[in-house]
Amino acid sequence: MADSGTVKTADNRAFWRRDMEGKECTGAEILVECIIREGVDLMFGYPGGVVLKVFDELYARRDQIRVVLPRHEQAGVHAADGWAKVTGKVGTVFVTSGPGVTNAVTGIATAQMDSVPLVVFTGQVSRDLIGSDAFQETDAIGVTRPIVKHSYMIERPQDIARIVRQAYYIASTGRPGVVLVDVPKNVTFEKAVFEWPETVSIRSYKPTTEGHPKSIQRLADAIAESKRPYLYVGGGVVMANASDHLLELVNKTNIPVTTTLMALGAFPGTHPLFAGMPGMHGSKLANICFQECDLVIAVGARFDDRVTGKLSAFAPKAKIAHVDIDPSSIKKTVKVDYPVVGDAHWVLRELNKVVKPRQPNEWNRMFAEMKETHWFRYRPSTEVMRPQYVIEKIYEMTKGDAIISTEVGQIQMWAAQFYKFDKPRRWLTSGGLGTMGYGFPAAIGAQFAAPDAMVIDIAGDGSIQMNIQELTTVVENRLPVKVVILNNGYLGMVRQWQEFFYDRHYSSSVIGGLPDFAKVADAFGAKGLTARTHDDVVPVLEEGLAHPGPVFMDFHINPEENVFPMVPAGKALDEMQEEEWA
Amino acid sequence: MNRRHIISVLVENHFGVLARISSLIAGRGFNIDSLTVGETEDPTVSRMTIVTRGDEQIIEQITKQLNRLIDVIKVTDMTECAHVERELVLIKVAAPTAQTRTEVVQVVDVFRARVVDMSTATLTIEITGDSEKVDAFIEMIEPFGIKEMARTGSVAMGRERNGRASRGAETRVA
Repeated sequence: MADSGTVKTADNRAFWRRDMEGKECTGAEILVECIIREGVDLMFGYPGGVVLKVFDELYARRDQIRVVLPRHEQAGVHAADGWAKVTGKVGTVFVTSGPGVTNAVTGIATAQMDSVPLVVFTGQVSRDLIGSDAFQETDAIGVTRPIVKHSYMIERPQDIARIVRQAYYIASTGRPGVVLVDVPKNVTFEKAVFEWPETVSIRSYKPTTEGHPKSIQRLADAIAESKRPYLYVGGGVVMANASDHLLELVNKTNIPVTTTLMALGAFPGTHPLFAGMPGMHGSKLANICFQECDLVIAVGARFDDRVTGKLSAFAPKAKIAHVDIDPSSIKKTVKVDYPVVGDAHWVLRELNKVVKPRQPNEWNRMFAEMKETHWFRYRPSTEVMRPQYVIEKIYEMTKGDAIISTEVGQIQMWAAQFYKFDKPRRWLTSGGLGTMGYGFPAAIGAQFAAPDAMVIDIAGDGSIQMNIQELTTVVENRLPVKVVILNNGYLGMVRQWQEFFYDRHYSSSVIGGLPDFAKVADAFGAKGLTARTHDDVVPVLEEGLAHPGPVFMDFHINPEENVFPMVPAGKALDEMQEEEWA
Repeated sequence: MNRRHIISVLVENHFGVLARISSLIAGRGFNIDSLTVGETEDPTVSRMTIVTRGDEQIIEQITKQLNRLIDVIKVTDMTECAHVERELVLIKVAAPTAQTRTEVVQVVDVFRARVVDMSTATLTIEITGDSEKVDAFIEMIEPFGIKEMARTGSVAMGRERNGRASRGAETRVA
C-alpha cells in the first residue's frame, strides 16, 4: 500500500500541453490543462448540461486524467474527501449546475468541517442567464458561502489559470478546506491566450506556518514546569504530517497522549502512553487525564464540545497551551495561557529542539495504573453478537493495517474505540458534521488512492442506505472495498439517546422494511455475506476479507447495544456513564 | 465587559465580499450596530467599518474570523488607538408650527447640525459627529416627533501626531 503521509505530488510535466502556452485556447481547454498542471490525475465528476464542453475536453485528455463517475454528487465529494485524506493531496470534484451543486453541498460541508483540502468545480449557466432562474440554475457561491474556505466565479477565460492556481493553493495551505470554483458555461466556450502563472501570490492570504520562536520557548518552559502534562492531539497533526515529530516529543518527554476522533493514528494506538480518544464516548482514562492534568498541550485540535463536555468543568486544574495554524481556533471556546500560531509539523519540530527531556514521574505511574482499569471494555458474550467483538476481530485479522472508513453513530464510536491505529491517514470519518452516508464513498476514494490496501467501511443498517447506490461504482471500477454492516434494526445512536433521555420512546429510530443486504450486494454484482450469530462472526469475516472483490457483510448484532462510556451532553468529563457489569 | 468597538476592515474590492462578511457575522451570531463600506484611496481596496459590542473574547473572535476570510487584507480595532469617528444622520422631524420650528432650529444650532430641507409640517436635519453626539442630538429632538431617520453608520480613522500614525490593534497574526 501507499506509504501513507508521504505521498508526493506526481510530477506529471510529461502530460503538460506546452503547445498551448501563448496560444488562443477555449476556456475548457485551459481549465482542464490547469487542473492537470496542478498534479491531478484523478477526479470525481458527474456531467450535466452546462459542463459538457469541459467533459468533452476531459475525454480528449483521458490518458492524462481519470474521471470517476459516482452515482450521486454527494458521494463524489465524499470520495474525493477520502482520497484526499489518504494521499494528503487536494481532492478534485466536478459537478454540473443546479442539482449538481445542491447534491454536492453535504459533501462540501463535511469536508470543510474536517479541514479536508478539496477543489470543487461547479457548472453554472451562461453569464447572460445568471439571475434569471434559468434551467438548472443555482447561486452556487451563495448556497455554499458559509461552508467553504473560499469561492470564485470565473468571469472571463483569461482568469481561469490564475483562479485555478489560487484555488489549489488556498485549499491546501493554512488550515486546509474546500474551495469552490463556479464555471459559467460561456466561459468554457470563449477563448483566451493561455498563460501559466508559475507562482501564486495573494496579498490578503498569508497563512502563518512558522510558529514564533518565543511562543515555542514559552511552551517548552511550561512543559518543564509541569508535573502533570497531557497532550491533546487533533486532526491538524495528521494534516500537517507531523506524527513523527509528535512521537519524538513523547519519547523525549514521556507525556501521555490523547488523540481526538479526527486524529486517530496520529499517535500509535498501541503505544503505552496512548490514552485513547477523549470526550463524550472517549476512554475514561483520556477524560480523567483532562480533569487531573496541570497542563493541556493541544496541538491541531479545536476544543470541540464533544471533547470538552461542560466547558466550565473542563480541565479545572490545568493551564492550557494551544498550537494551531488557525488563529481563530485559539481562545474560541477556552482561555489559552500559551498560544502558538503555526503549522503542527513546524512547531513540533522546533519544540523538540528546545524542550527539556522529562523523566517518567508519579503522573506516569498513575497513568499506567489507570490504563489497566480505565480502558474501553465490554462484557464478552457468546449468546449475543456484540459489535465491539466484531471490530476487535477485524482489528486482529487485518493486523491493524487496514484503512477504515465509517458512517456515523454508534458504529463510528465502536470503530474508534476498538480498532487501534498505529499509522496516520488510515482512518476516515466525518467528525465535525457527522454525515451519515460518508463512509462508503470515502472508502471508494481511499481504494483509488491505495489500490492494494485493505479498505473497510464500518457501517450501520441506517447509514449504509444513505449512499448504497455506490455499489455500482465499486463494481464498475472493480474496487475491492469491504463493507461491514453492524445491523441492529435501529438508528442506534438515536435509539440510545431516546433510551437514556426520552423514556424509551423510539420515535422514528426503528428501521422497518430492512432489505437482505447480502442479496442487495448480490444484485449489484458484489458479494454478500450474513452473520446471524456470534459464532458466524469469524467465518464471515475470514471469507469476506479474503474475497478479492467488493463485499457486503451483514452482521446481526445485539439490537439494543449501547456505546459506553458516555458523558451526557452538558456534563463534565468525569461524570461518565459506564456499562453495567451485572 | 461589554464595550463598543469600531473595527476597521480593509478588503479586496471584489464582487461578493460584502456578502461574505455579512454572512460571516450572521452565521456566527455576532451582533453589530452598524456596517459601512466604501472605496479607499486605492480603488482595489474597500474599507468596511463595523461597530459592534462584546467582551474581549467576542471581539477577539470577530477579528480573527474576519481575518480568516481570504478577501480580508487587514483588520484593525480602532477602539485601541486614538481615532476620529464620524457618522452622518438625516432626520425628518415634525415641526408644524412656527413655535416648534424655532425650538428645533435652536437645538440644531447648539449641536452644529444643519437644516437641509423644510416643509409646512417638517424639517429635515443633517448631523455629523461621533456616536455620543448623534445620540445626544436624537435624544433632544425626539420629543418633537421623529418622522423618519436614516443613519450611515460610523466610519473612523486613526489620528496622527507629528506625522506619525496612532496605530490600532492590528490583529493579523504574523
